[in-house]
Formats: sequence, C-alpha cells, structure tokens
Amino acid sequence: MAVELDVFVGNTTIMDEEVYKLWLDGYTVNDAVKVRMEGGVMEECEASADVLLSDTMDQYRTFQMCERLLHSPAKLANQLLFQITPHRQAVLIERYYAFDDAFVREVLGKKLSKGTKKDLDDISAKTSVTLKSCRRQFDNFKRVFKVVEELKGPLVENIRQHFLLSDKLGRDYAAIVFFANNRFETGKRKLQYLTFQDFAFCAGQLINNWTVGAVDHMVEDMDVDLDKEFLQELKELKILITDKDLLDQHKSLVCTALRGKTKAFNEMEANFKNLSRGLVNIAAKLTNTKDVRDFFIDLVEKFIEPCRSDRWTAADMRLYLTHYTNSAHILDTFKHQVVWDRYMGVIKSCIFKMYHD
Amino acid sequence: MPGKLKAKIVAGRHLPVMDRASDLTDAFVEVKFGNTTFKTDVFPKSLNPQWNSEWFKFEVDDEDLQDEPLQVTVLDHDTYSANDAIGKVYIDIDPLLCTEAASVISGWFPIYDTIHGIRGEINVLVKVELFNDLNRFRQSSCGVKFFCTTSIPRCYRAAMVHGFVEELVVNEDPEYQWIDRIRTPRASNEARQRLISLMSGELQRKIGLKVLEMGGNAVVGYLQCFDLEGESGLVVRAIGTACTLDKLSSGSAPNTNTHTHPNTAPASNACNSPSKDGKEPVFGEDLLSSSGPPTPFRALPTSSSSPPPPFSPSKPCSRQSSSSDTDLSLTPKTGMGSGGSVGKEAGPLKTLLRQQTQTALEQREFPFFTLTSFPPGFLVHVGGVVSARSVKLLDRIHNPDEPETRDAWWEEIRQEIKSHAKALGCHAVVGYSESTSICEEVCILSASGTASILNPRFMREGCLDIGIADHRFEEPSPPSCGFCHIPYDELNMPFPAQLTYCYHCRRQKVPDVLFTTIDLPSEASVTGKGCLIQARLCRLKKKAQGEVNATAISNMLPFMEYELHTQLMNKLKLRSMNALFGLHIQISVGENMLLGLASATGVYLTALPAPGGIQIAGKTPGDLSNDHISTIQKRINDTIAKNKELYQINPPELNEELVGSPIPEPRHRSRLFRSHSESSDEVSELDLSHGKKDAFVLEIDDTDAVEDIHSLLIDAPPPSGFYSCNTEVMPGINTWTSGVQMFTSVRVFRLSNANLTNQGLNKIFTDLCENLLKSFYFKLRSMIPCCLCHLNFTVAVPEDELIQVAVTAVAMTFDKDQTQEKPAEKPITKGSGDTEEQLQFSMELCADSSLANSQPPSKISGVPESSNISSRAASVDYGSFADRCSTWLELLRLKAHTIRRGSVKTISSLERSSPLPDGRSRSLRSTRSFGGTSVTVVKMTPLSFLPGTRIIKYLGIINMFFIRETTSLREEGGVSGFLHSFIAEVFAMVRAHVAALGGNAVVSYSMKECVFMENPNKNQAQCLINVSGDAVICVRESDPEATPSMTNSAQSCSSETDTAT
Repeated sequence: MAVELDVFVGNTTIMDEEVYKLWLDGYTVNDAVKVRMEGGVMEECEASADVLLSDTMDQYRTFQMCERLLHSPAKLANQLLFQITPHRQAVLIERYYAFDDAFVREVLGKKLSKGTKKDLDDISAKTSVTLKSCRRQFDNFKRVFKVVEELKGPLVENIRQHFLLSDKLGRDYAAIVFFANNRFETGKRKLQYLTFQDFAFCAGQLINNWTVGAVDHMVEDMDVDLDKEFLQELKELKILITDKDLLDQHKSLVCTALRGKTKAFNEMEANFKNLSRGLVNIAAKLTNTKDVRDFFIDLVEKFIEPCRSDRWTAADMRLYLTHYTNSAHILDTFKHQVVWDRYMGVIKSCIFKMYHD
Repeated sequence: MPGKLKAKIVAGRHLPVMDRASDLTDAFVEVKFGNTTFKTDVFPKSLNPQWNSEWFKFEVDDEDLQDEPLQVTVLDHDTYSANDAIGKVYIDIDPLLCTEAASVISGWFPIYDTIHGIRGEINVLVKVELFNDLNRFRQSSCGVKFFCTTSIPRCYRAAMVHGFVEELVVNEDPEYQWIDRIRTPRASNEARQRLISLMSGELQRKIGLKVLEMGGNAVVGYLQCFDLEGESGLVVRAIGTACTLDKLSSGSAPNTNTHTHPNTAPASNACNSPSKDGKEPVFGEDLLSSSGPPTPFRALPTSSSSPPPPFSPSKPCSRQSSSSDTDLSLTPKTGMGSGGSVGKEAGPLKTLLRQQTQTALEQREFPFFTLTSFPPGFLVHVGGVVSARSVKLLDRIHNPDEPETRDAWWEEIRQEIKSHAKALGCHAVVGYSESTSICEEVCILSASGTASILNPRFMREGCLDIGIADHRFEEPSPPSCGFCHIPYDELNMPFPAQLTYCYHCRRQKVPDVLFTTIDLPSEASVTGKGCLIQARLCRLKKKAQGEVNATAISNMLPFMEYELHTQLMNKLKLRSMNALFGLHIQISVGENMLLGLASATGVYLTALPAPGGIQIAGKTPGDLSNDHISTIQKRINDTIAKNKELYQINPPELNEELVGSPIPEPRHRSRLFRSHSESSDEVSELDLSHGKKDAFVLEIDDTDAVEDIHSLLIDAPPPSGFYSCNTEVMPGINTWTSGVQMFTSVRVFRLSNANLTNQGLNKIFTDLCENLLKSFYFKLRSMIPCCLCHLNFTVAVPEDELIQVAVTAVAMTFDKDQTQEKPAEKPITKGSGDTEEQLQFSMELCADSSLANSQPPSKISGVPESSNISSRAASVDYGSFADRCSTWLELLRLKAHTIRRGSVKTISSLERSSPLPDGRSRSLRSTRSFGGTSVTVVKMTPLSFLPGTRIIKYLGIINMFFIRETTSLREEGGVSGFLHSFIAEVFAMVRAHVAALGGNAVVSYSMKECVFMENPNKNQAQCLINVSGDAVICVRESDPEATPSMTNSAQSCSSETDTAT
C-alpha cells in the first residue's frame, strides 16, 4: 500500500524558498524532510511527516523541471510552462547562481575543465559542501565562462545581462571568470588566509585597470586578458631598483615623509630596498604567463609577509604605500609616471585588501 | 459559402535541436484546415526562426469553421530522409465566429508533441472573415455563444432562459482501429486528439442549432464530457442551458436591479422541443436500470417501516420511481401529472404560481437547467436532490457507431429524474449534471440535480412587461428564505420529513434539512460559515463478466447511495449545520470495487431549524461497553460544540413564543443504533424528549458501528486560517482580496494487500482524501487567511488495485477582520451583477506585468511608458465614448487600427437576438504582441469570477483535449514527474490560447477528464486530459463607478509591442 503517484501543480508555480535552498544545497528529499521537521514547519499548519514528504517531493520536481530554464535565465522570462512572478524569477536565478565561499575558494583560478570536475568529490569532502551542490556551482562557473568568453563589451555587464544577476553577483562571477582565464594561483598554503572576497576585490581592480578593456571598450576578451602593452611597459619600471641613485633618492624621499609618523619607521627604513625590489620585480616579470599566475603569491611573499613579520599595522601599510607611490613622482629622472600610477594604483588597493590575518 | 479563414505564421522560438551535427534546426510550418494545406519556407539553421509568412487563406463553409480546428505543424526539413515533426498546435477558431467574442487570435503558442511535450513556441496570427448566411436550412450555428459558467455570465443579462439542450456524437476510437497496430503511438495520439477536436466542434455546432431553433443566442452552463468506451467507440456528449442573453453596456454599472426587469425576449417559439422524436427504446439488452433514491437525502422514516429493513433499496425510492416508470415512459409529455392534486391543497398563491409555470414548462420535454446560481427571483422553491443511475453494458450496443442507443439511455435517465422531481412537487430541475463511469464493458450512467420551482417569468415569451408589482405578487415570501419553503404539499408529502414553520418568516413550512446541487443563493441568509463535507465509501465487488457483473453493480448502487447519505447526514449534524449545497455524488466502478465520493458544502440556513445532536445507543444499559459508549458520546458532543465555535454558528435564540406559529421541539436527534433488536427499549430511555418516534434510525451492523463512528470523527477540521467549500464561494465570507491560486492535484494509491475488507478500504480511501486536503492546507499556508473554493474531487479506479483522486480547486485570500462583522447584516453580495464589494485590492496584475517588462533591462524600452500614456488617455476619453464602445480596450484597439469586417447585412428583422456584427467589435489588434518579451499573466479559476476584478468581455469557450505518452517513464522522473510536467504543460497551453485571444483570465475552469495509464515494466505511461473554461478579459474593480481606468497593463503593454523583433 503506497502512494504511487502524487503531484500538485499550481497555475502560479508554488515555490518554497526554504525548500529551494535545501535543494540547491544538494540535500536528498529525505534529508530535506528531516531538516524541515527540525525547523518546526510542521507545527505551523498541523502537518504530518507524510504531508511534508509529499510537499518536498513536489517542490524538488518543480525545481528539477525549472533547472533547464535556469541554465539560460533569459528564457525564464518568456517561457510559457511555468507562471512565475518576475520577482520570484529574480530570486530563483539569484539563488541558483549563488555559491559557497568555501567551494569557490577551492576552484578559484583553476581551469574549469573536466579534470577539475573530477576532483569535485575531494573538494566536497574538504569543504563539506555536498557533491551535488559542488557540481551545480562548478557548472554555473563553467557556463558563465563559456558564454562571456566570446562576447564583446564589459565583462560584468555581459554577465549581468545574460544571466540576469544582481550587480554584486555579476561582479563575483566576473572575478571567477577572470581568475579562471588567467589561472591565478590561489591554492598555495600561504594564500589560504585570503577569502574569496579578497580575491574578488583584487580581480575587480585588475579588470578595471590592467586589462585591454581599461583602455579600449569594444574588444573581444577585453576584460578577461591583461593589457599586453602595459605589461611590456612595466619592464621599464625596473630602473627604480637597478639605478642605484634613483633607489637611494626614492628611499630618502619616503623616509623623510614617514619619519615620526609611525612606530614601525625603523623597520620600514631598513626594509625599504628589499620591499621596493620585490614590488618592482613583480611588475617586471608580468610578461611571463607563469609569473602572472604567481602574482598573488609573489605579493604575499615579497611584500606582505616581510611587513607582517615586522608587525606593521594596516595604517602603517597605508602610509608607507601612499608615500612610496607618491614619492616616485618627485624623482626627476623617473619618466614612467603613467605606467607607475597604473601599476601602483592596483597594487596599493590589492595589498590593502590582502593585508589582514 | 461563407467564410474566409486567414492565418499567418510569424516566428518560432526555443525550438528543439533537431540536427545533432549543427545543434540547430531547419524548421518550416504546415498550416492545415480541412483538406487544404499550406507551407512556409524553410528557415534554415535556427532555433528562433522568423518566417513572417504571407497570409494563408482558406475559403470554407461555416459548418467546417465550427467543426474543424486550425492545425499548425512545425517540422524539421531534411534533405535526404523524411521531414521530422517537431510538434503541433491546434487552434480552435470558434471564438472568432462570434461577434461579441475575440476578433483575432495572435500570440505565442506552445508547440506540442504527444511524445515529447512542449517543444518551443510559435507565433501565429489568425483571422476570420465571415459572411452572414441567412439560409434557414443551414447546418451551422455561428454566433451562438457558449459559456462553461453555470450562472448568467457577468456582463450579460438573461432576457429569457429557454431550457435544456443536449447532444451526443459517437465515433470509432482511433486507438481501437485496426490501423493502430501498425502506426506509431504519435500518429495514433494525434488521430485521437484531432478526432475529439472535430467531434467537440460538431457537437457545439449541433447544440448551437438547437439553441437557434429555440430562439436563444447562448448556451450557459455548457458541460461537455467524453466517454472512452473502448471497443464500442468514443462518445462526446454535452448538455447546457439555452438562454437569450443581452449584453450589458460596460459603462452602466451592472446592478442586480436590471435582472428584475426582463426585457424584450425574442419571439421565437420555445415549444419546439429538441428533436428527440423517433428514438424508441428498443434495446432488449438493457439491464434493469437501478435508480438511486430520489429523495434519499431525507431521513428514513422509522415509523413507516418499524424494524428498518437493512435498507432494502426499493424502500426509499419505491413510490417515485415505480409510478414514474410506468406513467412517464408511456406518455413522456404528460406535464405535471401529480401536480394537480398537490396544487389543490396548497395555498392559492402556490397554485397560481404553479399554473403559470406549468404553461411555461410543461411543453418542455426536460425542464432541466445546468445553472447552479440564478438571477434573483428565478428560484422560487427548492425541493431536494434528485438523482438517477443506471448500469449498461457497452458490448451489447447494436450499432456502436450510431448515437441512438446512448441517446435512449440518457433519455431514460432524464425521464426518471423528471419523475422524481415531480414527486417532490417540483416542475423543474436545476443544477443538473450528468456523468459516466466506465470499466471494461460496464458503464454507469448518472444524473443528478435539484428539484425546484422556478419563476416562470424567465421562461415565458412576452414576459417583458412584468414589473415589480407582478414580481411581488408572485413571490410572497422574502427572498432570504423563500427558496427553503417546501414546494410539495404538507399533507401529501412524498416522503416523511420534519416540517416546521420557517424560522425566518414564520409563514411557510420548511424541512429540517435541505440538500441541493446548486450554489447557495446569493440572497439566502446564513448563520456562521460553511464547510466542506465529504462522504467516502469503498465497496468490494467480485470480479465478474457481462450481465452478472452489471447486475451485481446495479444491486450495490442503492446501498452505496444510502450509506453515502447517512454519512453526509451524520457529518452535517456533527457540524451543527442543516443544509448542503453543491452536492455532488460520484460513484466510480473498477474491476473489483466501487468507489463512492459525495462532496458538498454544509451551511446553517437561518430559515431552517437547528439540527439536533447525535446520540449513541448501546446494546443494553448495563453492558461493559457502556463506558465506551459514553466516552464516544462525549467525544461527539465535544466535536459538535467545537464545530459550532469553529464555524461561528450561533443561531439567534428565536422567540419561541411567537404566536400562532407552531414550532416543534427544536432538538431532533439522529441516533446511531448499534443493534436494532434492542433499540425499541432504548428509545424511551435515552430519548425522552421525543414524543413520537420521528428521529431517523440508522441501521448499522454491530462490528461496523465503532468503525463508522470513528470515521465520523476522523475528519479533521481545516487548520486555523483556512476554510474550504466546494461551492463557488464560502458562505459567510464576502471580503475576498486578490490572492488567487488555482491548482490541480492528482494522487494514485496502490493497494497491495489483496485481502482487504470493506472497512480497511474505507479507511484507506478516507485517509487518502483527508491527506490530500492536509497537503493543500500545508502548501497554501502562505496565503492564510484563505479559503479553498470549488474543491472538486474526482475519483477513479484505473486498474485493479489503484485508486486515483484528482482535485482541482482555487485558494482565495480574504480579509479576516471584515468577515467577523459583515456576514450578520449582509449575507453574500456575490450576486449575478458584478458588484461584489472589494475593499482591498493589491495591484497584483499590474505590478506583475509592469515588472515583467522592466525586468530584462535590455528589452524594448519605452513600452511601459507608452502603455501608461495610452491607458490614461483612454480613461480620460472613456466617459464620452462609453455608450459607443463597450470596453475601453476596444476603444484602444479602435484607435490603433480599425478594419471593418466585410459582413453583408441584408435583413435585420429576424428574430435572432444576437446583435449583428458591428465593425467596431471586430476591430483588429494587428499590432499585438509578438515582441516576445513579456508573457501575459493569465489567471485561472474554477469560479465564475475573479475577486477584485470585473469581467468586461467573454472571449469564447476554451475546450482542449491533450494526450501525452512516454516510452521513457523513468527518465522523465517516473509517473509523478511525467504527470507533473503534463499538467504544467496543459496549464501553459490554456494560458497561451487565452492570451492569444487577448484575454487575461480563465473563469469556470475545470478538468473534466484525467485518464492516466501506466506500464512501469515497459517504462511506458499515457495520460489524457480534457479541460474547459471561459476565456475572459477582466479589469480591476476600482471604484463604485467602475471606470476601467486601471487595467491589466500586460494587456496594454502587449498591445503596444511592435511586430519588429
């Protein structure tokens, strides 16, 4: 004796946001029922476990049927099968494309390939995000990547238009696409303390300032690839560390400005040449794809770690970098002011963001 | 000659990938009507083809226009092999044939394939140019309007109600033709869909002819059903109520007043009874038809049959059916035979009334009305429910392809109904419906309705000048209780009943309980709220063949009916109510069991006496079980008290001393006797309040008793914040807000235990229904406070061990605060006019659709603005145009684009009351939506109205039949996944058709048929669904003057959207 068939279809599609979340999180129907029972929804309407099970199954089925449409969200608005209010549609899409920070941290910068997909069970075990949910999130990344790959125009705007996402989520996806495309290394132990939001912020900085799109607005891949010309020009900055006079001059300017303003002054003075070499070397090496990948690890190793071991505060860091950048303008033999600003602007804000525990 | 059909294929979108190599499709379209086919060019390599074809023109007879659907087939071109079909769209062009309905069909239709479901969408434009054909002998009936709504449609006025129309057509079922062995399932399904579409068209046309013959211009309460008889054929039959409707101009606020002044009725003669001649019942193979008790809804008399025989089926119905069978079958048109004697003893007014009505009704073969709610004053008295059932063998039909046999069957049943009504002193049957249940070769035909006396004004010709004075004269009793007054004669009652003077007016007699199949009359006064009451019953039956089987079934039927009524009665008393409305009893037959389900809405009618409690009687006073009995008794009493509170039933303590009105003791007790042998001793002991033995005694077997009482108590009341009913609206609630959620739910239960008892089965069946209700409450909990209205349960036994329950209903929100005070002074204002009071209305429709437009930021800009401007402009102009333009929407269209239709008006002095085409109403909406951005929100409801809105136009009937089949059941998510997507697809197709007609809602929606078959071993399943309803345009009810300034902006938006995509 059993209910063999059980369906409920509303003219306006009924969707429970709580169940949707459970579905997205990859819970099985039975687990979802358990969670709901613990959540106390039963008392709300004198429901029994059977009722809850039936409702959960119905909702899961609805979501599965909707999933196909969610893969190209624009279709959701003019499909005829489900009558869903526009507000609901937006919620459905936004939630479907939302991701777990723990998960995205694991795949950030990795190639969105079948190989990575095979490793998802490891990631699932590590992050305690269910495999089902991992797959959905991974597929979302890949889908967005594939669509925007071939589009012209600004990356964030493209993502938002094609997937009808909010500005915030659009930016996050832009970061994911950008990282995946440039294969930035984010998984090293030294980088573990950085959150996805740290990286997303940096990605935003890089996209806005270092890509082709920062200069030209109508190129393919404009926001995904770094500006090659700019990277070439960065080599010129080497003069700051190779020219002994320039280096000394720079140091004295910075030290003059900093003296008496911070407790870490002695460490700053002592480390100036090292730190400056670190930053300029990063710039000079960015023409190599391999070094681009190591951009973040280099920043941490060459700059953030030494500072941290000297116990700089965030304010010290801010002070130092501001003066370091600005002092270069006063150097009369230094001719690459524009490139310097474009480089240091990004480096500054990235380091500010990354300088925490 | 007479019509030119034009179709244009504009574009497609979301097409499936048909060519794996390129991931694209080379689509083209075939447009077929009758035997003519046109093709578009192939639009290569695209999933969103833009055909933008020329206008394909079909010159056809209007007869064909009515019968045939336009068939649009989308195919994938293949150079080397046969072209692959992607899917089809059937477009019923009937709405275009009626001047007052839609003028163009234009929109996105889902492309449907019976194997794959919906596969993309296609944008089609269809127009019809109709030349008036005044040939008297024509076979078409264009222009007759059809409504599923079982009341006078909102923007019309009934000038005259002509009466019953019925028709039936038969064809061979393609599924059972020899060719089916060699063709694909798809071809077979499509043949079936097409055939049923054709047959429905033919049926509608034939009914239309009958209506024209009667002088009417519309069919209201149109109920069409399919009987899938299997080998013997496929039957499509329909019944309805022919009316002459006048359109109310939308400017004048429709008031109930208008209904009391019937205007010019067309002069055609009503006495041409439907062509029914020459059909003699000469079918020897007919099995004895067993009729249900005609008045079984009454208490059975203990006095008349002292030891109540274990309900011998002949008892409750003996008097009526025996007399009628002889008397009526011989002379079917004897008129009101027994009415004479009854009339003599009745009051003079009653006699007069009866005589007047008699003239109007007696020529009619079947004075039946499919309506369930009526214009004020139409319904005079209600007698009670009448029903008849009969069991037939389908393999004994001589000429299966001819309709005669089935016609005779139904005629027989209708005669029986008529005679039952007559026995109740009534000359008419309202709320009439017919249904069948088929299992293999056995078929149960059922019909039921409410015997009543009607006001003849609405049926007579020349009734136009009867003013209010006359009206008063004819209707001496106040409308709030008049219908409860007994129509039959007190001294010569057709069955024993407790009569008392009306608790409302104290002038006429009323029965102690009243059962009806109609909706609660809007003017009735009710105490408290109503609730859904269901009686459920399962009976095992031996598997048998042929006549043995049929006899067994027909022997069981009366017992089942009896038990269902007993259950209903007990449950009614348990809720302390005294009347049932919308009673619908379904008996479904399977191989090894019969299922009975009775649903109704219980209410406490102020005019009727308060129901007594329920008393339990045990075997002997000193019995061990006495404790047990008293605890049960206590539980019952507690339940009654709780229910009184729950449904707010606090009848005003009546002035019992009122002079001259003999009020009998207010407490009648219905008692459950555990054993009748000792019951006689008990009566005196437990029931001292009764002087005479007038309480009805229920005969129940010892072992069953406890179970039965338990099952009584098992019905859980809806959780707080919820109400439920199966009528149009909940008695006692009148402050509906705009939240509406229509839903369909299907459950199939498999009985695995082979040795089930009746008891066990009953329990399973009851639990199944109860759990379904609980599921609804849970799912819709976000709508609280809310009422589930029009809960329509259908049961079936698709296979040996399967029970299927399908439910369609609507959940509607209401304003809780207002319901507390209002109902007392104002019963329900849901009249036939459109004046339901709407105090709250959230801008739901508008908000939704404007959001829809603004959502995708890249899409057509400027649409919302322009629509706003135009709607504002329209509303400003409206006042002056009100008399000339029936709706502002039409005005809008008129401004945009007007094309006069080439109608040839020759003679206009005909009696046809349908207004001739008037150019304006035929104006074109050629600019309408194929922009494809916003999808029009289409609301659906099984009710005849949408709360907070006003229907400004009926666009035509929606009657669709779909088959879906799969050979990959598991892959589609099993049976539930399969049916879930099919039902969603059906909704989508209904919405798309309504939107294409220019509508934004479906009212009176119902799912007539849901036949589900599965074969999990073969990974296969098949399902047939038939739905119907009325497509309408409704606008928000804004202020008392009802200026349609605010309207569904989706409509206006789409009308502004340009063709250029």
